[in-house]
Amino acid sequence: MTRHFDPMKIGIYLLLIVFAFLFLVPVYVMLVSSLKTFAEVQDLSRLWALPAGLNLESFTSAWSGIPDKGLRGLSQNLLNSVNLTVPATILSSMLGSLNGYVLSKWKFRGADVVFPLMLFGMFIPYQSVLIPLTLTLSAIGLGGTLWGLVLVHVVYGIPITTLIFRNYYAGVPTDLVEAARIDGAGILGVYWRVIFPISMPGFVVVIIWQFTNIWNEFLFAVSILQKPELQPITVALRNLSGSQIKEWNMVMAGAIIAALPTLLIYVVMGRYFIRGLLAGSVKG
Amino acid sequence: MGHARRERWIAFLMVLPSIILIAIFVYGFIGWTTAVSLSKWDGVEPDYSWVGLDNFRQLFSTGGGVSAKRFTIDLWNTLFFTILFLATCIVFGLLLAILLDQNVKGEGIFRTIYLFPMSLSFVVTGVVWQWIFAPGTERRLRGVNALLHNVGLGALRWGWYTDTNTVGSFHVALIPVIIAASWQLVGYTMAMYLAGLRAIPDELREAARVDGASEVKLYRHIILPILRPITLSALIVLGHTSLKIFDLVYTMTGKGPGFVTDVPGIFMFETTFQGNHYAQGAAISMVMLCMVALVIIPYLTISLRREVEL
Repeated sequence: MTRHFDPMKIGIYLLLIVFAFLFLVPVYVMLVSSLKTFAEVQDLSRLWALPAGLNLESFTSAWSGIPDKGLRGLSQNLLNSVNLTVPATILSSMLGSLNGYVLSKWKFRGADVVFPLMLFGMFIPYQSVLIPLTLTLSAIGLGGTLWGLVLVHVVYGIPITTLIFRNYYAGVPTDLVEAARIDGAGILGVYWRVIFPISMPGFVVVIIWQFTNIWNEFLFAVSILQKPELQPITVALRNLSGSQIKEWNMVMAGAIIAALPTLLIYVVMGRYFIRGLLAGSVKG
Repeated sequence: MGHARRERWIAFLMVLPSIILIAIFVYGFIGWTTAVSLSKWDGVEPDYSWVGLDNFRQLFSTGGGVSAKRFTIDLWNTLFFTILFLATCIVFGLLLAILLDQNVKGEGIFRTIYLFPMSLSFVVTGVVWQWIFAPGTERRLRGVNALLHNVGLGALRWGWYTDTNTVGSFHVALIPVIIAASWQLVGYTMAMYLAGLRAIPDELREAARVDGASEVKLYRHIILPILRPITLSALIVLGHTSLKIFDLVYTMTGKGPGFVTDVPGIFMFETTFQGNHYAQGAAISMVMLCMVALVIIPYLTISLRREVEL
């Protein structure tokens, strides 16, 4: 290959770079605004300008709140998000793994009907179940609680986790299962000895997917949890940005805090994240 | 074969808890919501007395003031939002995928940048774009308006998501919301196309080149037709997201002046949980469910049938 001037190639890079800058505009806005003081962020002539200095005041106020102005900090809500997302992710991944195993290797009669009916559950607008859901949670004593929301995410996570695991296990040779059965293993024995030990990549995809979705979710959380001290960070952030007087530096710092966990997972484990993303379009 | 039969029973019992949960939480609750949507329930206390389709008739009525027409406005907003959002995602997603497929250096970095919004919450996206497109006031311009003013293009300033102008039934205030939604999902569309492009064997491209096909012809006659099923998948996934969109619009703009950025999701949430108009909220959600089902059920049927054939 000889090096030569290729206008086509330069055009491609130019376009890619322009798009990259456009995609990063919101990041610039978040960073720049969050590093300003409240006085600075009020100066509209320097709205888009870099901050005068590195000021982390907005992060401390987003974290612990400004009691004088009646603004709550997000630290408790961040903890709520962790307490919600971790158990819901683990439970729904385990359910998905068992379901996926059975639906790919032990098809019982009617399995081909059950699976699509299950899948439909991940596409419905959740508004169509919201009223009975809030009533039912209250009736069973889980209304307005974090555990109620955990249950909700586990249940509505069943379709996608089952789908991803079913596709994953479909790639496991049936010979492996047969061999274990000849050795006398039953359905659970095969799962523990053969399937579970090779499930790690599947679990990584599902855990990342569920963690991201549950962390980012808003509709269920805002409908079920009314108490500000119980709400996850997405709801608290929206309350902060919807308040009358917007402390924009504080709101942007809050947005960064809310975004950081899933963003870090994406940057570190992007490959698995994309796999979960593409599984969502049904044919994995 | 009593043994095998017993095992099949155990298999069924293992998925039974999930089947029961889905049966209750999806199908049972949809049935329950249907009952609410056909009832008189308007207030804190449940009231299941039957009123037939009255709630739906009221939603679609076109008489009265702007509030009475809210749902009709919402449906128009959803239609325009969906069309423009899908077009933006498909065009730019495909463009970025093709650009990245040209053996570029630093592909990983570009891909990471285009796709990272997908890992964020719609609430975070809403908050940031609310700032970017905040119009401010004549004396204190904000967001892009301030930027335009600073570079001497102040004449181009407009109301962005608070603008009440229309083109036909299209509220121009939706444009900023479509930009925000596309920012979040163009990368996803790109990832789908890129996966499709990577699945095309190099031999196919080589063969076409040997036959003297230009790059443009190669894409038009060979690669784009192969990508057609991906376009369908993308349209379905993005389309059903757009039909039920709530978080992003609720955070970024809310219903807007004269419902310029209102969508059924916002109407349902406000009327149910802030207004206690349960029957009306249920009716709205049933319309949303029907819209999504019209898109999803054929898609599920086709993709699962194709899978069985394989």
